[in-house]
Amino acid sequence: MSEEYSLEIVNPEKSFLSKNDVTEVVVPAFEGEIGILKDHISIISFLKPGIIKIFSKSGEESFYVNDGIIEFKDNNLSILTSLILNLKDIDKEKITEIQKSAEEELNKSDINDQEKYLLDQKLEVLKSIN
Amino acid sequence: MASLDDLKKRISSVKSTQKITKAMKMVAAAKLRRAQESAEKGRPYSDKMNNIIINLSNGISDIDNAPKLLSGTGEDKVHLCVVMTSDRGLCGGFNTNIIKKAKLYFQKILDEGKTLKIITVGTKGYDQLKRLYGDNIIERISFKDSKNVNYFDADKVGKIVIEKFDKKEFDVCAIFYNQFKNVITQIPQEQQIIPLKTSEKEENSSEDNYEFEPEEDEILSNLLPKNISTQIFKAMLENSASEQGSRMSAMDNATRNAGEMVDKLTIEYNRSRQAAITKELIEIISGAESL
Repeated sequence: MSEEYSLEIVNPEKSFLSKNDVTEVVVPAFEGEIGILKDHISIISFLKPGIIKIFSKSGEESFYVNDGIIEFKDNNLSILTSLILNLKDIDKEKITEIQKSAEEELNKSDINDQEKYLLDQKLEVLKSIN
Repeated sequence: MASLDDLKKRISSVKSTQKITKAMKMVAAAKLRRAQESAEKGRPYSDKMNNIIINLSNGISDIDNAPKLLSGTGEDKVHLCVVMTSDRGLCGGFNTNIIKKAKLYFQKILDEGKTLKIITVGTKGYDQLKRLYGDNIIERISFKDSKNVNYFDADKVGKIVIEKFDKKEFDVCAIFYNQFKNVITQIPQEQQIIPLKTSEKEENSSEDNYEFEPEEDEILSNLLPKNISTQIFKAMLENSASEQGSRMSAMDNATRNAGEMVDKLTIEYNRSRQAAITKELIEIISGAESL
């Protein structure tokens, strides 16, 4: 038995990435990181800002995501996200830009605790890659 | 009959118009390809989003406590219409078709004594609606500056809609846009996004037992606002493909008409030139004869 399953990452503009030889994906789910292996139970969850790690036969890849929803079903993992960046060819300026807007957002007075939590997370992750 | 000089001027003016329409057609054709591509590429996202939502809403046991975005406010008094049009003209019936469709809906709403609120996306829609429904327009949005349709613009519109919904400013929300079928046909669409219609439950999305993390309700209440932005984004993509398609065929027609006009004017020009020559000849001959 192979230990591989298929993964598809889509953002609104296009299908970002599609792979058939994934062995494990670690996603920053809202209530903590989840590692998904083959034959995981069907799951729907949403993501907080963080790093997606993809382990496959061809190596390991990491991506930064802003938010997202994952659905795992019949050994197909779909990740929907509005913003995704490959950590390999990431643009420092772009990161700084996102960081700045997040900081601005954080300084607004009318945000609730959940938003604040998400923004804090975002900044932390961004700082760690920058 | 117009003088030879006038005809000449008209011919050259029609010809230069033809050049412009031809160029516009070419540009629209190139843009159409890109717009069509991105509309197709954008489909998986909205399809998957839709699927997940259907799966989720099937899993919800307690309908009464379902998020308001899914089930509605329970009332049907205030309608919000998001009318999406283009920012530029010269694209045939593109904008007019959307407006026509929207106006029908508006009339129905007003006849039923309900309140109507309008958000226009794109300047052309505002221009066409401001005379009749100026008081109903509560917001006008334009993305003239963004070169391509992008998700963040759609998200902005979505956030405005949701903000208004949270403030209980409306009960039902519908969006109007043109669906791209092919270059010649664009179908004006009316789509209700709040409350969400999940009547089209798919067979394959059976009662799978999903594990949810966190709870269904919480996922749904996070997902539904995103779905609204996604639907708006999809509409914007369809719209931009339709706009270019519509402009392409309109400009193609215009180019052909200009060609016909040039032919007609050229014949007229040649005829009157011939007439002038004949007249001169007759004058000379009769002058010679009288000698």
